[in-house]
Amino acid sequence: MLGPRSSLPSKFGIYGGQYVPETLMPALAELEGAYLKLRMDADFQAELERLLSTYVGRPTPLSHARRLTAKFSGAQIYLKREDLAHSGAHKINNTLGQALMARHMGKRRIVAETGAGQHGVAAATACALLDLKCVVYMGTVDIARQAPNVMRMRLLGAEVRPVEAGSQTLKDAINEAIRDWVTNVQDTHYLLGSALGPHPYPTIVRELQSVIGREAREQILSQAGKLPDQCIACVGGGSNSIGLFHAFREDEQVALVGVEAGGEGIDSGKHAARFADPTVGRPGVLHGTYSYVLQDSDGQIAGTHSIAAGLDYPAIGPEHALLRDLGRATYTWVTDEQALEAFGLLSRMEGIIPALESAHAVAEAVRRAPGMKQDQILLVNLSGRGDKDLDTVASELGWDEELRAQEATETTS
Amino acid sequence: MSGLTHVSSAFQSTQAAGRAALMPYFTLGFPNPQASLEIIEAVAHSGADLIELGIPFSDPLADGPTIQHSTQVALHQGITVAGCLELTAELRSRGVAMPLILMGYVNPILAFGIERFVAEAADAGADGFIVPDLPLEEAKGMQAACAEHQRALIFMLAPTSTPERMTAVIEQSAGFLYLVSLIGVTGARSDLPSGLEAFVQRVRDQSSIPLAVGFGVSTPAQARAVGSFSDGVIIGSALINAVEGAEDLPQAAARFVGDLRTALESSRSEDGR
Repeated sequence: MLGPRSSLPSKFGIYGGQYVPETLMPALAELEGAYLKLRMDADFQAELERLLSTYVGRPTPLSHARRLTAKFSGAQIYLKREDLAHSGAHKINNTLGQALMARHMGKRRIVAETGAGQHGVAAATACALLDLKCVVYMGTVDIARQAPNVMRMRLLGAEVRPVEAGSQTLKDAINEAIRDWVTNVQDTHYLLGSALGPHPYPTIVRELQSVIGREAREQILSQAGKLPDQCIACVGGGSNSIGLFHAFREDEQVALVGVEAGGEGIDSGKHAARFADPTVGRPGVLHGTYSYVLQDSDGQIAGTHSIAAGLDYPAIGPEHALLRDLGRATYTWVTDEQALEAFGLLSRMEGIIPALESAHAVAEAVRRAPGMKQDQILLVNLSGRGDKDLDTVASELGWDEELRAQEATETTS
Repeated sequence: MSGLTHVSSAFQSTQAAGRAALMPYFTLGFPNPQASLEIIEAVAHSGADLIELGIPFSDPLADGPTIQHSTQVALHQGITVAGCLELTAELRSRGVAMPLILMGYVNPILAFGIERFVAEAADAGADGFIVPDLPLEEAKGMQAACAEHQRALIFMLAPTSTPERMTAVIEQSAGFLYLVSLIGVTGARSDLPSGLEAFVQRVRDQSSIPLAVGFGVSTPAQARAVGSFSDGVIIGSALINAVEGAEDLPQAAARFVGDLRTALESSRSEDGR
C-alpha cells in the first residue's frame, strides 16, 4: 500500500504496530530499511562483534551459583552474568548496535530515555565511543534515586535532561524523548532502550539482545551438558528477558519465566505488573505499540511503582504479550520486599551485588529452586549489577539512618 | 446530515468566500468542564468555521507544553471520554452548529471501544475525528467505524512524509487533510517554518481535498499568512495561552478568535485565491 515495504512483520500476533504521529513514520521506515541492510552487511556485523568482544567483554560468563544452590538443596541455579558487561548491564548490547546503525544512517545526534539509568549510561557509553552527541531524558524521581548513574552519564559526555512531567519516571522520560525525536528527526536517532515502542524497535532490540540467550544456551550445554529446565528473567519493557528467551524459543522443554515488578503487592495497586491484574493491565497503546498497559477504565495510563526504577513502567514489550497468549512464556511477579531479600542473599552468598531489577529474577529462582530436583536447572539472567542501587537499598535497610547516627556521635564526641 | 458532508460544506463556503477556514482547537474540560463549554461557545460565536475539540490523554506525545498542561488540568478536573461526549452534545444543544472534530489519542478510544466511541460521538454531534497516533497503517478499525457512521477520519501529513505516503494518505482521506506545518510537537512559535508554502503546494499538486494547516500557528498575522496558501488554519496552543490567566475566559477567547477571523478576512483582499 505504501510503496515497497520491507519483509519485517510489524506485529507480534495482534500486538506491536506503529502508533506514532505521521511525522515519525518515515523515520521508522528509514530505520527499518537501515536495519534490513545492515543485518546482512558483513562489515557491519564484524564491527559489532569486534566491539562486543573487545569492548563490552563478551561473551559474559555463566556462573554456577553453588552456595545459593546448596542452600535450597533443589534445582541448580546458574547466572548469566550480564552484570559483567561493560557499563554494568545488558543494555550495552543494544546501545552499541543502535549507535552503530545511527552512524551508518548519518545521524550524529542520539536521544535516549532512561529509568534506572542503566540504558542512559549504556547509550552515553556507546556515544562516547562512536563520537555521537547524546541527550538522555530522565524523570526527576529517577534522577533522585539513581544519582550515581546521572554522574556517570555526565562524565561520559551526555547531557541529562530532567523530566518534570507526569510521574517523573521512565514513562515520562520516553514521552519527552519521543517529543525531542519528533522535533529533531532529521539528524537524530532515537535510541530506545527496551523491546518496546513502535515497529521496528521491538524487533531490532530483541535481535541485538538475543546474544544473551545464544551465549547462555551454548554455555549451559557445555557446563551442564543439557538445556535448562527454566529460564528466568525480570521484565520491565522486556529487553533482557526477550534477549534470553529468544534462543530457547524452539526448545519446548525449556520453560520461559518473566518476572514483573510486584511493588508493594498487587492488591496495593502500587506495582508495575502488567499481566497480574486484568482490571488494570489490559491491551492498549502506549509509546507507539499495542500491548498490555496498566491503565484506568478510561484509558488513561496508570501510575506505577517499583523499587527497581528499570521495572517501573506501565507497558510491556509486545512480543511478551504474544508469548503469553501462546503459552510459550509465563509471567509472575515479585514484590519490592522479596527483591530486596534476594538482593542481600545473592550479595552475601555469591559475592554478586545484583541490580534491583535483576534481583526480581533471583527472587523468583529462590522461590522455585526448593521445590525442584537437584538435576534440574534454573538459568537466571543477572541483567545488571547493583552499584547504582546502594542508596536505595541503604535507605530501605535503615543503614543510612545508622550511618547518620554514627556520624553524629563521632562529631559530638 | 453526514459528518463528512458537514465538514466538506464548511470548506466549500469559506472557499466560496475566498478565504481559509478558521479552526480553533480547545481542550475539553480545561480549566474545568463548565468553563470549557463557555469558552468553546464563545469561540463558536466569534468567527470559527469548524472547531477541534481535544479529548485529554495522560501521555499526549505529539503535544507541546501548553496542550500537555491543559490536558493535565482537565484530567485533574475528572474529565473522561464519556464526559467529553456529553460536553459535545451540550454544545450542540446550545446551538453550536459548525462542524465539530474530536481530537483524541488512540488509547482512550480503544478503552472506550472504537465502534462504540464513533457511534456515541456521532450521536453527540461530532462530525469527524483526528487521532494523532493513529497513522494510516493502523487505522482500519477506525476507518470502518467512521464509514459506518458517516464521519470524517482526518489524517495528517507532515513535512517528513514521503511522496509514496502522501499518495496513500490522500487516497484514504475525506473531509480535509491536516498538514502538520513543522517537524515537531504542537505549541506556539514566533516564526512560521520556512518551506511551509512549498509543502502545502506539494500536497495540493496531488489532491483537491481541502488542506488545513496546524502546529505552531500563533498570531493573527501568521494565520493570515498561512491562510493565503491553505484552505484552513488550525490554532490550539495560542488560544489556550490567550485564555489562561484571563479574567473573563470566554471573552478572552472570543477576542482572540475574532482577531484571527479578521486577519483571515483581510487575506482575501490581498490574495483573492
